Amino acid sequence: MPGRPQWRGGRHIVTQVVDEICDIFKELGFTRVVGPEAETERYNFYALNFPKDHPALDAQDSFYLGGDVLLRTHTSPVQIRTLERYPPPIRIVVPGRCYRRDPFDASHSPVFEQIEGFAVDEGITFVDFKATLATFARRIFSPATKVRFRPSYFPFTEPSAEMDVQCQICGGTGCGACKQTGWMEILGSGMVHPAVLESCNVDSEKYTGFAWGMGPERIAMLRHGIPDIRLFFDSDVRFLEQFR
Amino acid sequence: MIVSRRWLEALLGKSLTGQDVADRLARQVAPVDGVVPIHQDLRDVLIARVLEVKQHPNADRLSLCQVDAGGGQPLEVVCGAPNVQAGKTYPFAPVGATLPGGLKLDRRKIRGVESNGMLCSAKELGLGVDHQGILELQTDAPPGTPFLEAIPIADEQIIIDVSANRPDLLCHRGVARELAVSLGATVKLPEIGGSADRRMVTRSAHPPIRPSAVVDGVQVSLEDPEGAPRYMTAVIRGVTVRPSPAWLAARLQSIGQRSINNIVDATNYILFELNQPMHAFDLAKLRGPAVVVRRAKPSEQIVTLDGVTRRLTAEMTAICDAERPQIVAGVMGSAESEVTAATTDIVLEAAYFQPTRIRRTRRALGLSSESSYRFERGIDILGLPDAIARAVDLIVAIAGGEVREPPLDLWPEPHKARSVFLREARVGHLLGVAVPRKEIERLLSAVGFVAAPKDDRLAVQIPGWRPDVTREVDLIEEVARLRGYDTFPDELRPYRPGTVPDAPAELVLRRIREQLVASGNGLLEARTLPLGPADGPDAVALLNPLSAEEAHLRSRLLPGLIRRVEYNWAVGNRDVRLFEVGTVFIRPSDRQTVRPSEELHLAIVLTGARHPSHWGDAAGGAKLPDMDIWDLKQHFELAVGVAAPSCDVQPAASGAGWVAVSRDGGPRAGTATPLDADAPKWAGPLFGLEIRIAVEPLPLAKYRPLPTQPPVVRDISLVVPGSVTAAAIEAVLRPVGGPILGRLEVLDEYRGAGLPEGTRGVTWRCTFRAPDRTLTESETVAVLERMLKAAEESLDVRRRQA
Repeated sequence: MPGRPQWRGGRHIVTQVVDEICDIFKELGFTRVVGPEAETERYNFYALNFPKDHPALDAQDSFYLGGDVLLRTHTSPVQIRTLERYPPPIRIVVPGRCYRRDPFDASHSPVFEQIEGFAVDEGITFVDFKATLATFARRIFSPATKVRFRPSYFPFTEPSAEMDVQCQICGGTGCGACKQTGWMEILGSGMVHPAVLESCNVDSEKYTGFAWGMGPERIAMLRHGIPDIRLFFDSDVRFLEQFR
Repeated sequence: MIVSRRWLEALLGKSLTGQDVADRLARQVAPVDGVVPIHQDLRDVLIARVLEVKQHPNADRLSLCQVDAGGGQPLEVVCGAPNVQAGKTYPFAPVGATLPGGLKLDRRKIRGVESNGMLCSAKELGLGVDHQGILELQTDAPPGTPFLEAIPIADEQIIIDVSANRPDLLCHRGVARELAVSLGATVKLPEIGGSADRRMVTRSAHPPIRPSAVVDGVQVSLEDPEGAPRYMTAVIRGVTVRPSPAWLAARLQSIGQRSINNIVDATNYILFELNQPMHAFDLAKLRGPAVVVRRAKPSEQIVTLDGVTRRLTAEMTAICDAERPQIVAGVMGSAESEVTAATTDIVLEAAYFQPTRIRRTRRALGLSSESSYRFERGIDILGLPDAIARAVDLIVAIAGGEVREPPLDLWPEPHKARSVFLREARVGHLLGVAVPRKEIERLLSAVGFVAAPKDDRLAVQIPGWRPDVTREVDLIEEVARLRGYDTFPDELRPYRPGTVPDAPAELVLRRIREQLVASGNGLLEARTLPLGPADGPDAVALLNPLSAEEAHLRSRLLPGLIRRVEYNWAVGNRDVRLFEVGTVFIRPSDRQTVRPSEELHLAIVLTGARHPSHWGDAAGGAKLPDMDIWDLKQHFELAVGVAAPSCDVQPAASGAGWVAVSRDGGPRAGTATPLDADAPKWAGPLFGLEIRIAVEPLPLAKYRPLPTQPPVVRDISLVVPGSVTAAAIEAVLRPVGGPILGRLEVLDEYRGAGLPEGTRGVTWRCTFRAPDRTLTESETVAVLERMLKAAEESLDVRRRQA
């Protein structure tokens, strides 16, 4: 006969993934900080080297609260807040809620979680950048996971890159989930653009760094085979109980 | 951006595969969203030769053909086309083939004769509009060869995700230029038939610096050089507007563009080949004839090609004739001066419009086009002369006509290519791998940069099509990506620890989550949407919400959690225990401030059974107990203990539920109450609590020596007036009990017969213990008596007489 059951609670799967990611970076020397969700255009865009009136802003369709105040579209404003407050060396990860004016569908939500990472010091190079993120990918997926970096564009990094990992569903042979490429995009990243350092009066000749942003919801979906981002918000207890 | 594989092949002089192109582009320059084969719906069609044509016995207009489709035996096929001839080759759909549009071919009798397939027209294959006859093919391919192998129309669309900083990739030449690096090829523009007089389209070495000039009888004035820094015009007289030649129509169709007529198609071809938007006006429709580039006058109107009347503002540049606007510059032309079948003379425009001007115009009008998309990102201002020359060449080749004067180039502030300095050492400093100067020069020159040593640096001339490259670091990125990101090692090297401490708020949230989950109450963490309907007078509104239901930021967590409970009820879940920790937004009290203040809250909702069911408890089929107000209080005490440890739980003044009150005064930190909700009949009662999280460390736990002496336990029954709480009684008893009073707990509550009206009986269990000796009976009794006396004196609580 069955034993006496007990209720068992649990953290949300997205929280678990956020904590796991932050813990991996903790081992790589990153502390965990936060920033406000309502931001000004200066922190969200212009100090991050977004040109005014430029198409780069189109991908960041924002909710405004009035004047130049908006809900942050990414966790990157915390790069600026940190540079204003602390001297290098800086090694931080920044989890937090972000907002974009995207209607809900299976893979988009107007509200999503992001984890920013940011390192600034003398002598940080593209090699350090690649090594740190590749190490992370092999930790969160598996030691044998293949990783590749591809050119990309973000106003606040240069060179910019996206990191792909070997498709976690087909193992790299090509399937519907990876659009037959064998790769899945995990994060956007790059070397900190000197203009970002300069906007905070940090000497961009002396200091270099790298930064990245990733979506824990997406990583949770990939790792756990969750087909629809809306499941995270529905709070159906039968869903939540699957990930205790 | 969609590019055609065949178009790229024409530029690179190499055969390619779509997937290989996609891989190369992804590794070197931009991700590819997909490779889509086109004309795949023709994969069942074969090449067939007609051997013999006879009259159909039962129909005058039909013929009976003996067809060699490669199968060995000739097939008898009924054909209705007047142009079918023995000895010629046609596309053939065998029985079982599926044609474009999904039609599956059966073996069927036509006027009494069985037809074993179909000879096809261009229209039936989706390759054109001609359905007068079957498509006669010029091919040496043997019968039976798949049509797609024999006739070079199979193509692939490569869908490139072009970032906002790389307008040069919005055309085939730009994409080919990148591919040429890894393929070791060179980009050469295909011949497009050049019957135009080369002297007429060669640009002058020094463009005239003047605001106005005449070209072949058309007065062109550049009155808004801020909006249109460079403006070129060519006049072509005597063109014949007609359908485009097949090659041109096919090029445009291969990237999903509609073929319109030879003139419009020629301008679109240049757009997709060279990234230079062009516009052709009908010269006869231009009053003057003049072309005036000026700011629009307020409220000036134009009916754009899509038939919509647009009201312009002085913030927009308009291309006008002598009287009125004919084009919203860089965005869209008007129906009035559109090229039609009757057009004979055209004015061709190639311009560079100021990107932010176009962006604002496009947004103000809510109108975008292939042209505005490119102008907004910045086209190659230095490339205009070559683009207009090629456009003139193409038009004269396919539409005839004559160019009597070279194109006019109005460029009041001409400039040469910009230069950016690059230090070899800086490349290694940033990339972590030394890249020799020779290699840097080779990589940069492969995509059009011109690098020359100057002092100890490289002076790098930036081609006009790369507006994104403005400083040294941009060139370092070019070196890194052209060399290949994969060529850099990913070895972890030593680093220095950072100066930034962990955020206390993150530590506190993590602690709260862990302790709630570990509590054994079965609390599941929810993450609800912070957007919803207004949840109070201080809710912060969004200026541009997606919907009225999600138009406000939450100022409390509970309303969102209650909606999630209702969702669970709706899907049949009865036992719901959720908690959430997260940010809420409070509107600032002062009206000048827009930015809300942000607080961290914790909320819990509870409904349903207190315990999971177990066969051992279900004797007699008794219903499982639901959670009640005391479960709520337990959760509230737990929550206050982890989230607001400097607060006490007190009964709410209203009588329903509890509040959390700071021991040092200050505002209320939280409440716990029964809740109303839209509940189905079978649901249990719903309770909820919400607390403002105090970001403060928990007090350190201090060790107390473990007891070595046996306890003395005494129970006391008290008659308690209705207004006195158990907490108040404990507050009186405990100090009197002093150090020997250990646990003090409520054992039982009794209401009813035998007690005075308005009172209740509460039994307490007192555990006494001294750390250093065994307590005597008299010592314990004396302390207990003092406790009872104090309760009686201060709270009118008396011992209940048995």
